[in-house]
Amino acid sequence: MKKNNTKFLAGGLGQLTIPLVAIALLVIFNLIRDPGFFSIGIMHNNAGNIVLAGNLISIINGASELAILAMGMTMVTAACGGQDISVGAAAAIAGSVFVKVLKSADSIGGGTVIGAFLLACIVAMLFGTFNGILVAVFKIQPMIATLILYTCGRSIAYWINGGATPTVESPIINAIGSFIPGIPIPTPVLIVVVMGILFKLLFHFTSLELFTQSVGINGSAARLNGINSTFIKLLSFIILGVCVAVSGSIGVSRLGLINHETLLLDIEMDTILAVAIGGNNLGGGKFKIGGSIIGAYVIQMLTITLYAMKVSSTDVKAYKAIVIILLVVIGSPVVKEKFGKFMSKMLENRKKVSVKGAEES
Amino acid sequence: MKMNNAKNREPLTDTQLLMSITIVIFVVMYLIAMIFLGGGFLHAQQIFDMLNDNASLIIVSCGLTIVMIGGGIDISVGAVTSLVVMSCVLYLNNGGNILVSIFLAVGIGLAFGLVQGFLISYLEIQPFIVTLAGMFFARGMTTILSVNPQKADHEGFAKLRDAKIEINALGYTAKNGNLVPARMELGVVVALACVVLIFILLKYLRLGRNFYAMGGNQQSALMLGINVKRTRFLSYILSGLLSGISGYVFMLHTGAGNATNAAGMEMNAIASSIIGGTLLTGGVGNVAGTFFGTLTLTTIKKIVVSSGLNDPWWQSITTGGMLCFFILLQSVVLSKRSKKKKQ
Repeated sequence: MKKNNTKFLAGGLGQLTIPLVAIALLVIFNLIRDPGFFSIGIMHNNAGNIVLAGNLISIINGASELAILAMGMTMVTAACGGQDISVGAAAAIAGSVFVKVLKSADSIGGGTVIGAFLLACIVAMLFGTFNGILVAVFKIQPMIATLILYTCGRSIAYWINGGATPTVESPIINAIGSFIPGIPIPTPVLIVVVMGILFKLLFHFTSLELFTQSVGINGSAARLNGINSTFIKLLSFIILGVCVAVSGSIGVSRLGLINHETLLLDIEMDTILAVAIGGNNLGGGKFKIGGSIIGAYVIQMLTITLYAMKVSSTDVKAYKAIVIILLVVIGSPVVKEKFGKFMSKMLENRKKVSVKGAEES
Repeated sequence: MKMNNAKNREPLTDTQLLMSITIVIFVVMYLIAMIFLGGGFLHAQQIFDMLNDNASLIIVSCGLTIVMIGGGIDISVGAVTSLVVMSCVLYLNNGGNILVSIFLAVGIGLAFGLVQGFLISYLEIQPFIVTLAGMFFARGMTTILSVNPQKADHEGFAKLRDAKIEINALGYTAKNGNLVPARMELGVVVALACVVLIFILLKYLRLGRNFYAMGGNQQSALMLGINVKRTRFLSYILSGLLSGISGYVFMLHTGAGNATNAAGMEMNAIASSIIGGTLLTGGVGNVAGTFFGTLTLTTIKKIVVSSGLNDPWWQSITTGGMLCFFILLQSVVLSKRSKKKKQ
């Protein structure tokens, strides 16, 4: 009974404690600072559509790429016990391929965009397979294996477009990057929802979730139980490849151009952070994709809050670091345990006072 | 060394094997460059140039090697280096003292090491996240200090920066008949001293052996009576300290603080350590290997440039390719050895 009590105080909502507490703290902080921070307005954009606008919308919209990458990264983290640090570079490659195909077409129609996206997907999946083979077959640590693509990925992207930063002009690309005419919600948000539903369906109709967890917890035990752990690891990297292609294409569509140097720069670190804030163990095993998505929104909300407080974009990193450290310190097992002990002691003391019992040595 | 091993019939350890592979490849690569490219590679100054340019990278890689041997990771090193450069330059420009600036550099490094080490070892937070936050913090602080590049204009410091050790014996005769001595910067001396000291630490001191034990198997290290938490704490402190020193050496080389200083240095340092035969899983590695790993990484870049492949993408693509080669080689070699052991 007492143990349960401690566990409850220490654990709370389980895995989702940290991200939910973080969101709650940020919301309260923002409401105190500026009660109108979360107001959503309706306005007309340049194309004359009725769209939603406001800080909340820009948070949800801005975190789209991060949320999609975090979904894939959660799978890789769970299956392999390590992280892919090449997602930013791979997204730059996928984006370059996307633009290259669009530029080579005479006119950009719906078919061309789908074709370009599919090709970007295939290329990203190939690079995912390369990483996956290094990790699953050669048993190299994921971080080291993906260091290769991290080092040369942006150069490959540079090479695909011959060093130029071509722009694409098309209503379809515009629609993907901002708003579809007639729908007031930003399209990237809709894509995140679609991706989330796809993952949900994948887990619902296959045993992938269970298999991934068991491979992550103990690869050889999973193998003895008849799970092909090599294949599961490879698959997780290929799934991440799809996520990379999607977020790379969104990133390109937002700006209407590909800049291999700055497209989704430093996103790998934010992605890993989102997975960690989501309460997933970076050492593999059990995972919750929902946690990672919330983690992505926490990071974006933090960034937008700092921007709203007139912190310059280069200085944001320092404040972000402090918040991250606070979050992980609160979530660390040792602190939780200490806090749980402290709480139970407090409860005991209160009981003692009421009973007026003897002292305990 | 090999003779000794043959006499004692003692097989090479993983550490020694991976290190010797690196050294052999480095020597072969350099010889090939000497024969086919000639030019600068024939002069001793080429090696000194490589050392001059990479003294701070060598120091940082040494620190990272210690952390990686202990089974951890520290990706804040490059950012801390950048922060140290910026704060020391600003301090010197505002009429600072050189001795105090050295203490400042070491102090900043130590502070990062202390905080990160405490969070990682005593609060058991994942090292990647803690040092990632450290990296963000140091990069952010650098831009908060100054967004614009700052040049150090301190008289005493300028003397220190321009001080070079000249070795006549290794020089070469220029076209006009003057002897050009080989030049080495003070930072290189510091870097070499760091390599030697850490080599001794890892090889002969109890603390060094504890790092290997902890990285190899944390549970057995605990059973052996090693204070794992304190050992891990110390490994991060050492890494932070070395980042501080590296920052000062970086400043000696460039003489200016810039927010983009040492960008991507952490990944270069990790790559150097890996090429030098350190495994991220812990327990295997050597600073001598790391030293040659850094040189190998630099040599391949120099070869690419002097082969006429000047397009900016070639350097990173070849670096990536070489990294791939080394990683695969290590994986194959180690898996073959472990199979042999089982038989």
